[in-house]
Amino acid sequence: MGKKEKTNETTVSTGGEHAVNKFRVSDFVMMAVIVLLCATCVLPFIHVAVKSISGNAAVMAKSVYFWPKDITFDAYKRVFGDDSMTYSMGFSAVVTLIFTALGMLVCTCAAYPLSKKRLKGKQGITFLLMVPMYFGAGIIPSYLLYQDLKVLNTVWVLILPLIYSPYNMLIMKNYFQSTIPDSLEESAFLDGASNFQILWKIVLPLSKPILATLSLFYAVGRWNAYSDNMYYTRDNNLKLIQYKLYQMVASATESQTSSLADIGGVSQSVPEVLQAASIMFVTVPIIIIYPFLQKYFVKGAMIGAVKG
Amino acid sequence: MGKAKSGNKEVIAKTSWKKAFKRDWQLYLLLLFPLVMVFVFSYAAYPGMRMAFMDYKPIRGYAGSEWVGFKIFKDIFTDKEFTRALRNSIVFNLLDLLIGFPMPIILALILNELRYAKFKKVSQTILYLPHFLSWAIIGSVAYNMFRPSTGLVNMVLMKIGVIQQGIPFMTEKWHWAVTYLLIGVWQSMGWGTILYLAAITGISGELYEAAMIDGANRWKRMWYITLPGIKGTVVTLLIMNLGKIMGSNLERLTALGNTQVADFQYQLAIYIYNRGIGNAKFSPATAANLFQSLVGLALVLLSDRIAKKLGEDGLL
Repeated sequence: MGKKEKTNETTVSTGGEHAVNKFRVSDFVMMAVIVLLCATCVLPFIHVAVKSISGNAAVMAKSVYFWPKDITFDAYKRVFGDDSMTYSMGFSAVVTLIFTALGMLVCTCAAYPLSKKRLKGKQGITFLLMVPMYFGAGIIPSYLLYQDLKVLNTVWVLILPLIYSPYNMLIMKNYFQSTIPDSLEESAFLDGASNFQILWKIVLPLSKPILATLSLFYAVGRWNAYSDNMYYTRDNNLKLIQYKLYQMVASATESQTSSLADIGGVSQSVPEVLQAASIMFVTVPIIIIYPFLQKYFVKGAMIGAVKG
Repeated sequence: MGKAKSGNKEVIAKTSWKKAFKRDWQLYLLLLFPLVMVFVFSYAAYPGMRMAFMDYKPIRGYAGSEWVGFKIFKDIFTDKEFTRALRNSIVFNLLDLLIGFPMPIILALILNELRYAKFKKVSQTILYLPHFLSWAIIGSVAYNMFRPSTGLVNMVLMKIGVIQQGIPFMTEKWHWAVTYLLIGVWQSMGWGTILYLAAITGISGELYEAAMIDGANRWKRMWYITLPGIKGTVVTLLIMNLGKIMGSNLERLTALGNTQVADFQYQLAIYIYNRGIGNAKFSPATAANLFQSLVGLALVLLSDRIAKKLGEDGLL
């Protein structure tokens, strides 16, 4: 990427005076700033990736920067051989899948009716559905409520409380209002189609982009969050992969930073290479799918910005 | 537009509930699902907030616990742990806002000025990435970067001879404060540009052309056209961010923190977690949480009103 700055002859002409299109120092500075910021987003992950396939001794000798030394995949063998890691990964995947499916269902159920101007009582219902976004009851009242609902310390506490998202609902509602022409539905209505049929046969097929976007919002949101995992579950078999990673790194960090281990570089509870491999194990799925899905995220964020 | 809207309202008002229901019962049926979800999982928890005014004992339940008025609030405000958490929350969130809020705006302005479409696209993709990673990942990568001796940054600095001893980026509280803030800015700056970039595309190209003909240079165009053009977005996002002054993210705090920096890491989210979930001291935890939510809500409402007074759209 760094090369690009030098090929300044190929500036894009957008009309106007010639002088305006000259490659200036300010252009160079701005590109340099962006390249630098991008580097901070990429290099740390390259370093961790390289560490994860390097030999333990080389890492402890601090000779591994951006190129692996004594290449070995032992750490990955250990990660994949660790049943609790693979279990957590699978558990996270299943929870994310169920969460996304239910989330999209409840989101559509809320957004479609509320996108109809004619709906009587619309304002009151919208208000009821939006208030929780601005004011929540708090951790402890929720904790006790989930206890009463018998969902505390079950997989459902990781799914049900969050499937209705006011923010995602607003995005979907805005999309319906702005892209589905009223006339289309009116004519279907006159032909005798019911509301369900209109939603299923006309509105949803026309809304595929937003359905994709919001599914991703739901999926990534669930995949990355784990504070509810900390608050509302205790069992080991309810640990999401992110929480698992957090605990692993936290315990290693505590043993490192609170003792003298870090200075001498002596053996630690979790070797650095194994840590690095675990980080990669959790990060790679996101990094692989991310470039393909990015445009959907951007689209969603922009629709969300339009007030409903 | 306004006329059409009010006309529509009249039509809605004229339709009787019976008629509306007959026509749209399927829509109301759909709404039942989300309504049940918010009532069961959100509103049903609201009555539980009353324990902030009770000496709540889990064994006795709500009915058996004593009402104590504002005693719990008085208690927590004289509790050193709480005041420390409160101070840390406010200071760190204010700094977050101070550093983190302008950054996406500056970045969006720079991205907008970039010349090569491809370069711009690739760098945007890279800059958005941190937003899609969990705090567990960011925290663990941060330790790989900033550990005193085996962290990459310290390794590099020592190798080139800038420092003799590792800088305790993550383990000494003042250093940690800076690291914590910068990582926060880093995580949110890229994604934060999206709304500003969208607002910038909405600015008429003619304005820029006219300015160029008048001889306005790049900085003048940024200052007099682009910035005023995104003012509405800036205000809206500022309001939303003001609401977060009291809240702190437990995941971020725990993923980046450790016992060495507990002094600064101790913020309201941790206080509530420790008191409530850790020690089962439900009343103080709830009172702290309620205080936090109310101040957040008040700030949003207040800044929204101010924004509207200033002639902006506001948020609500």
